[in-house]
Amino acid sequence: MKSAVKKFKGLSDKAIAWIFIAPTLILLLAINIYPLIYAIRMSFTNFYANKIGREVKFVGLKNYKKILGKEEIWEKMQITAHFVCWTLVLQALIGLGLALLLNKKFKGNELLTTLIVLPMMLSPAVVGVFWTYLYNPQVGLFNYVVNFFYDFGIFDMIGSSTLAPWSIVIVDTWMWTPFTMLICLAGLRSIPNYLYEAAEVDRASKWQQFIHITLPSVLPFLLLALLFRGIENFKMFDLVAELTSGGPGSATELASINLKREAFEKWKTGYSSAFAVILFVTIFGFGNVYVKVMNKIKER
Amino acid sequence: MRKILSVFLVPVFALLFSFNAKSESLTLGWAAWDPANALQELSKEFTAETGVEMNFEFVPWPNFAERMLNELNNQGKTFDLLIGDSQWIGQGAEYGHYVKLNDFFDANGISMDDFNPATVYAYSTWPKGSPNYYALPAMGDALAWAYRKDWFDRPELQAEFKSKHGYDLGVPKTWDELYDMCTFFQGREIDGQVRYGAAINTERGSEGITMGVTAAMYAWGMQYENPDNPYEMDGYFNSDASVEAVEFYRKMYEDCAPPGHSDAYMVANLDAYKSGQVAFQMNWYAFWPGVSKEDSDGRVSGFFANPCQNVCAATLGGQGISVVSYSDKQDLALEYMKWFAKPDIQQKWWDLGGYSCHMDVLGSPDFVDSAVYAQGFLDSMGIVKDFWQEPTFVELMLPMQERIHDYVVNGKGSAKDALDKIIDDWTEVFEDDGKI
Repeated sequence: MKSAVKKFKGLSDKAIAWIFIAPTLILLLAINIYPLIYAIRMSFTNFYANKIGREVKFVGLKNYKKILGKEEIWEKMQITAHFVCWTLVLQALIGLGLALLLNKKFKGNELLTTLIVLPMMLSPAVVGVFWTYLYNPQVGLFNYVVNFFYDFGIFDMIGSSTLAPWSIVIVDTWMWTPFTMLICLAGLRSIPNYLYEAAEVDRASKWQQFIHITLPSVLPFLLLALLFRGIENFKMFDLVAELTSGGPGSATELASINLKREAFEKWKTGYSSAFAVILFVTIFGFGNVYVKVMNKIKER
Repeated sequence: MRKILSVFLVPVFALLFSFNAKSESLTLGWAAWDPANALQELSKEFTAETGVEMNFEFVPWPNFAERMLNELNNQGKTFDLLIGDSQWIGQGAEYGHYVKLNDFFDANGISMDDFNPATVYAYSTWPKGSPNYYALPAMGDALAWAYRKDWFDRPELQAEFKSKHGYDLGVPKTWDELYDMCTFFQGREIDGQVRYGAAINTERGSEGITMGVTAAMYAWGMQYENPDNPYEMDGYFNSDASVEAVEFYRKMYEDCAPPGHSDAYMVANLDAYKSGQVAFQMNWYAFWPGVSKEDSDGRVSGFFANPCQNVCAATLGGQGISVVSYSDKQDLALEYMKWFAKPDIQQKWWDLGGYSCHMDVLGSPDFVDSAVYAQGFLDSMGIVKDFWQEPTFVELMLPMQERIHDYVVNGKGSAKDALDKIIDDWTEVFEDDGKI
């Protein structure tokens, strides 16, 4: 034991740091970096995982050219963009609104917070399945509630190409707005009271207090929440797969659903690796730009 | 102490011996549906005869193909026997997933002449029609129709229908008649409830809408390719008749389906029918024993084969049973197959609700009267047509699912556009596979 301690003592700080970091690093390399490099390598081949014994050929940039030149892929990207943009806008507005509401002290505040947070604790697959029932035009609650306010008659949220893209936006907003709300609430609670007291002394209106104190303080938190949600929704799969299977037709076929079909149903491994790399670069690029913008806002 | 030891050790040893005695076991994979339960029941007899324990893994239909094909592609040893879809035979044979059965059949006196020719062609042979067998026909099936006989029998509805259409309300002989009857019931109030025309296949994820629309396309005389020049699809798959059939199917969806029936297949159609929403349901014969069982006096439900239009044809379902080449228990699996092929077992299979393909069963004088849907089954099996059975069938199925769903349910583009695009997709697949 003593000799072990002695040996340990003999190591430099840098070596000890490496010993502690090494397991994480090895795991990261094994689970993230190696598959990424492998996928990049695959993306330049015509490999099919189900065609055993077939010669794997290097095809250069053929897969990338094919994907980027395919009209349907751009359609999927548009569908994904529609989904990501609208969910972010709605979750930002509703999440911030709810956070402002729950930041006030009132009876039942804690219970209400817990209830609002419940949807995000559910499994996305389960949420997808039960919303298909809620959207059912004959027996679903959604139609009933909408028709209670205005008589639209029978309408099919997930069977109509116009409504289906909104149906997935609504469900994701329902499920994940609490997340944005919680992060914003944390931001709101970190604002020191003396700022508002000083504003009161300066006779600033509530609106001016919101614009000049609340919003700038909570904005970095909100942006962080939106970054998480943006990345998650860009690769959204389970909820939409259960809710619409990408249908009707391809009206809700997000890029990730299309990728799964190409990779694990058609088994076009080389092609789908290229598609995965493109998606990864897109998320990575957007993420980096976003973080830079966020840091600039923080600095202000 | 000895007593205490004996109290504990005797049961432990007994348990160990019992495991040892039952160490021989087989695992069979199939879809989770009524016939699978019937097979489980039937297989108890095999266990009783041989002592071989039978384990089953039944996968729900929406995940069936994905689960099983992943297993085969990974050369998994989970299954010794697999009852796989007819379209998998090309893949099973060419990629070496299934054991070739010719020598086994010859050695054990199993003749394919003893089975319905359409089922042998569809479930067992690869290349198609060649005497190379990779499966034993296990479960004959085709897409058919059930209708609410009790509504059809109402005199006031019969009179109203006849005055409107000039012919009797009954089993439709053509798709045009089917459409007339579906629209007749669409939105009609019967016994205080609003009813709809037909629950047809519209499912997007796996194979549902393709199986449904091809039922119409086959009846219009669609051919996938030039019979004299394989893989030449232009002018055949997208012929005027095919376009008309797809347009007709969309009309059926728009004018006859219940609200919200936009992603429906087997279970959804069954539910819509059983809950009294629709007058007709499109479904596989495999479900008729269950429907029939709930209607012991035959008053509520009637069954009929796919209606004709330009020709008489039906979409093939059903499966053959294959031995998985990656199994360590191939001999035992072949023993099961030998047992399953026996005529008396095949008769029991039919009696339990499985659709035997054995000619002794189908040709028996009692067969037609043995179930209300038996005649329809016989008729259908004589006119069945199947989707591509190429090894790349999944790659062929998925674009068809998307394009047809886009047109029929989503209302995007035209039927001709959809079929043309499918041909483009298929051409790419065949080119990539070196077939063109």
